[in-house]
Amino acid sequence: MEHQEEYNWTIEAKTSLFDLKFSEVWAYRDLLWLLVRRDFVSFYKQTILGPLWFFIQPLFTTIIFTFIFGNLAGISTDGLPKPLFYMAGITAWNYFADCLTKTSTVFRDNAAIFGKVYFPRLIMPLSIVVSNLVRFGVQMILFLIMMGYYYFTVAHFNISWAIALFPVVVILMALLGLGTGMIISAMTTKYRDLAYLVGFGVQLLMYATTVIYPLSEALKKYPAYAWIIEYNPMTPIIETFRYGFLGEGSFNWGSFGYATLVTLLLLIFGTVIFNKVERNFVDTV
Amino acid sequence: MSDIAIKVENLSKAYQLGQIGTGTISRDLERWYANLRGKEDPFLRIGESNDRSTKGTSNVIWSLKDINFEIEQGDAVGIIGRNGAGKSTLLKILSKVTGPTNGKISGKGRIASLLEVGTGFHPELSGKENIFLNGAILGMRKKEIQRKLEEIVDFAGMERYLDTPVKRYSSGMYVRLAFAVAAHLESEILIVDEVLAVGDAEFQKKCLGKMNQVSKGEGRTVLFVSHNMGSISQLCQSTLILNNGTLEYKGSTRKAIEKYLESIATVSSFNREKQTDGTHITKIILADDFNNQKNTFVFDENINIITQVDYGVQIQELFFSIIVRDTNENALFTSHYNLESQNTTLKLTIPKNNLLPGKYFIEPVMHVPNVEFVDRIDFFLSFYIEDTGGEHSKYNNSNLGFINSPGIWL
Repeated sequence: MEHQEEYNWTIEAKTSLFDLKFSEVWAYRDLLWLLVRRDFVSFYKQTILGPLWFFIQPLFTTIIFTFIFGNLAGISTDGLPKPLFYMAGITAWNYFADCLTKTSTVFRDNAAIFGKVYFPRLIMPLSIVVSNLVRFGVQMILFLIMMGYYYFTVAHFNISWAIALFPVVVILMALLGLGTGMIISAMTTKYRDLAYLVGFGVQLLMYATTVIYPLSEALKKYPAYAWIIEYNPMTPIIETFRYGFLGEGSFNWGSFGYATLVTLLLLIFGTVIFNKVERNFVDTV
Repeated sequence: MSDIAIKVENLSKAYQLGQIGTGTISRDLERWYANLRGKEDPFLRIGESNDRSTKGTSNVIWSLKDINFEIEQGDAVGIIGRNGAGKSTLLKILSKVTGPTNGKISGKGRIASLLEVGTGFHPELSGKENIFLNGAILGMRKKEIQRKLEEIVDFAGMERYLDTPVKRYSSGMYVRLAFAVAAHLESEILIVDEVLAVGDAEFQKKCLGKMNQVSKGEGRTVLFVSHNMGSISQLCQSTLILNNGTLEYKGSTRKAIEKYLESIATVSSFNREKQTDGTHITKIILADDFNNQKNTFVFDENINIITQVDYGVQIQELFFSIIVRDTNENALFTSHYNLESQNTTLKLTIPKNNLLPGKYFIEPVMHVPNVEFVDRIDFFLSFYIEDTGGEHSKYNNSNLGFINSPGIWL
């Protein structure tokens, strides 16, 4: 025992809840990039269209939404061109939803690797978020092309100063998806039930977020229930995104700050619980 | 004692048997629901439910119990023990794949563990891309892999396939590449679990050579689990024997192997001294056709396993089975006998010319199929088949398997 300081690592039954091993994560940063690369390369290997597939999903969803919610149901889009309005919502929402769903199954999806070799487990969800960022980037290009088209033909909107918040918005979406996903992933190592909920839960959550309607419309029509939408941290994020790029939407610093706070809390909580579960999940998954 | 590389103190690991209780489901759901509403701070409660030691002892099995040992730097240490003795659990804890329930391990230097070959290999990626990915998973920096790339490729002997997706590799190539990556890790401690069982003989030799070089030449510490006593004695100076989760012996490899082989069985008869009332096996002997009790038979001699059993309360569907195993404890075949007849003396004959020369274990079990074990002997009886200088001696050193070929040449 007197030579304890000579050992440079220990494995113990109990570790501190807040020992999050960030330095270890940093030491494995190369792995993060290699995993992102793997995800990207394996996505388009043996496909003809390759990364073009990233375009197809938001494009078709936009078309469908325009017909059903825009034309058939006649939901207002704050005076914006309908496809542009939906495309903005879908692009942002997809990034969040992808981060959330992929992260929530990270333990199960990687049980084989996690069961055989140790590396800081946090690398996996981080790589998911970064991988999805690539996809989001490609979809943003599509959105920008569409924006350009409408700007020079119909010109119904103004880009606002809030576009400067775009990097913050992206980070918030990533961290919110990451945090929530990690919480779910940690809870599904023992019981899988929750995993089945995530699939349609995310879909339902979309309707409680201002993806297919503007917040102003919800406040007008259902003033009694709109708080559900307002308290949803994704609402201010998407509203800010739309306000920044298209100049319409409800932006205020209060709700933006609220979303940031919730995101950070969920992230911290998610990281802690993820680290807690990571040590022994192999025995229960 | 500055040259201790790994120090294990009071290490224990418990696994929970059966399903995880309903109490935790509601607790987890409650926590999840509370969290969904963002209402409380359930950190402390999570700490409780993950704490295995608070669970009742009845449905908990100790895979490792109070293990203590030290391994000196530069030692190559073998770990042997029967299936389920806790070898893999020990390696898993050492490689941080799972945490211990109690106890502590301290160590010096980076650990590289090879519990499986090719962990994280992606079938779509090329050999080269996988070298980087696998290396990074094992904890190497990209620069480090770059520097060693040539050496790795050389060792695996597969320059030609470097740009081919690994899904087109043969399993042997797969293993070679994976071992090559792990063997070139700049770690102070290398942990290897029976991966050498795969791959051809030549490559196994190469691996052993590499591990030898790693431990003797470079002074790195190696921990090696194997069922192959040959590889253990070639590579390791000292060896640990694990038995039912406890450390039974630690010392020189020669002695350890001797002890281990002794412990797994050199008994040719079994006589239960304590007579109990229930249904049980009372006596087993091995004998030839003239009722001479023995445990070494020649190839063309019948082996008779004569068992005495006692019956207690009548049990429906009671069977007696004899499992014949090789020295690695793999089951070769099993013979079942229905005990409906309530016979007290059972005789199983393994006909001559069926088992090839070698050592075999038999494990007698009384059981109700798929329901319960009524009685089993917790050690194996063994017997030898001697070569009589027949057909097989021509191939004296090659592995011909265990069962004489039932095939017929036309």
